[in-house]
Amino acid sequence: MDPKGTQLTITEGDRPSSTLPYSQPVLQAKALVKTYGKVVGLDGVDLELYQGEVLAVIGDNGAGKSTLIKCLTGAEIPDTGELWLNGRRVQFKRPQDAKHYGIETVYQGLAVSPALDIASNLYLGREIREQGFAGTVLRIMDTRLMRANAKQELDRLGISTLQDVTVAIENLSGGQRQAVAVARAAAFGSKVVILDEPTAALGVRESGQVLDLIRRLRDEGIPVILVSHNMPQVFEVADRIHIQRLGKRAAVITPQSHSMTEAVAIMTGASTE
Amino acid sequence: MSAQPSPTSPASGAPPRKGSVDLATEFLDRSSPLGRIRNLLHRYPALSPGIVLVAAVIIFGVISPRFFFVSNLSLITQQVAVVGTLAIAQTLIILTAGIDLSVGAIMVLASLVMAQTASANHVPAPLALVIGLIVGLLAGAVNGALVTRLKLPPFIVTLGTLNVFLAVSLLYSNGASVIGQQIPDLITSTGNTFSVDGVGITYGVVIMLVLYIVMAFVMTKTAWGRHVYAVGDDKESARLAGISVNRVLLSVYIAAGAILAIGAWIQIGRADAASPNAGTDLNLDSITAVVIGGTSLFGGRGTIWGSLLGALIVGVFRNGLALAGLDVLYQTLAVGILIIVAVSLDQWIRKARS
Repeated sequence: MDPKGTQLTITEGDRPSSTLPYSQPVLQAKALVKTYGKVVGLDGVDLELYQGEVLAVIGDNGAGKSTLIKCLTGAEIPDTGELWLNGRRVQFKRPQDAKHYGIETVYQGLAVSPALDIASNLYLGREIREQGFAGTVLRIMDTRLMRANAKQELDRLGISTLQDVTVAIENLSGGQRQAVAVARAAAFGSKVVILDEPTAALGVRESGQVLDLIRRLRDEGIPVILVSHNMPQVFEVADRIHIQRLGKRAAVITPQSHSMTEAVAIMTGASTE
Repeated sequence: MSAQPSPTSPASGAPPRKGSVDLATEFLDRSSPLGRIRNLLHRYPALSPGIVLVAAVIIFGVISPRFFFVSNLSLITQQVAVVGTLAIAQTLIILTAGIDLSVGAIMVLASLVMAQTASANHVPAPLALVIGLIVGLLAGAVNGALVTRLKLPPFIVTLGTLNVFLAVSLLYSNGASVIGQQIPDLITSTGNTFSVDGVGITYGVVIMLVLYIVMAFVMTKTAWGRHVYAVGDDKESARLAGISVNRVLLSVYIAAGAILAIGAWIQIGRADAASPNAGTDLNLDSITAVVIGGTSLFGGRGTIWGSLLGALIVGVFRNGLALAGLDVLYQTLAVGILIIVAVSLDQWIRKARS
């Protein structure tokens, strides 16, 4: 696992080498189809996420945004279609599978444990144990190391408002809680961070903090997929915008190439590009 | 928010600025003495039961000189040993936002198995204890499987298994007790006393204390303990963090079953018998101890040690009121009031957080 994502040397025998090796996507979805009975959630969706970018996914309700994200994170299994991570074909049956491959997701709402402190939340489900007898036999956690690492991680991400990592989450503001959730996703050498409506529950100032954090993740070399309803935020932070419409990818635009109005037009079907 | 101790008296200096505190910062407010106390109680959940216990001991000691008699203190510890042990198991389950109404029934079943196999079936005493332990584990596993596989509420599951386990106990024992003389010494040895500075302490009390030390250690120092808190705190976020919620829940019920079997051993020593009718009050008494000990019925908050304090508070109240010459009815009344006060306090501590 290399943190900087220098993934370009991987060659798979059953896969023809890409025509543009330097633009190989970190995460790629090919022709994903997902149906629920007669309802078509995804109707052959492609998605490419490249190194060092923030890719926003927008779309009307029912356009298939959530289904797409669920397929990328292992919460749903697509009927057909392929997922490729750093040039390798991957299949996720559970969210843990995606996590195992370094795809971390911050879910809508605040998926943190309120009564536990910041460090415990960052390390929840992957606690570090002490070295030697204390750790292997008595299974004691190395609380001091986890706290020190948590502090370091928060500093790296520039979350300066959280000084004391022993504070319980319930004593934090909504923005700070979301920052902890994002920090947890970004820590531990993750390859891709997916944020599902991370600012939906937040005020203006707190949303700003989270957007700053998203930029910082990108600058740290972690590509980000951002699902959002909030157009100004999307245009503020995204490098490219994937527009989902009626279970398909309607277009991929950039904030430079299109205006917000044009994006909405594509989203609603008033325009096709 | 590091709550500093010493909520000093505000009477002389600047008065607390009531009403001028804006909502966003209210819960972090350290300027009002009440806020400080609340922060402190929130950070140290065992603090309020600790204060209650100390106060109760002082008050009952003043009321009745006999309270501090060595023999009386020894008696209190013995009376607390069984409920205190059951309260450990109950704490684990309540921390996961569950409740176990079958703790007494599991304990009775395990105690009858221990006594019967050793007396009627002539199984060697150590093996009989192990068989009883396994029965406890299995009974816990049944509860855990029903909670995790059938997704039934723990209240319903354990209400059912309470009756099932009691019925099985009665069927197995033909409704008869096994008296102490028929049971090998090892199994009744938990009732034997040794003396520390004249205070008689039973081995059962020592076993209970060791269990508290072990489980307090497990809950605070191991990942499993932290996962138990996380599951009780918010099941969904625990799942999203990659914790296998069902596995944690199942392991909690199994661990509780094992602890209950050890409680059964202590109970045999205490009563010098194994009786199918022993566990009727123990279900509610164990819940009482946990709740008074500051563990939240909503899960995720509380400590193992708090439950020992809770069990001691109940024991001290019952003993002290009896020594003061009050009818047993008043003991029950006092325990009832204690429960309501404890839960109200828990609500008050939590209210400012949400």
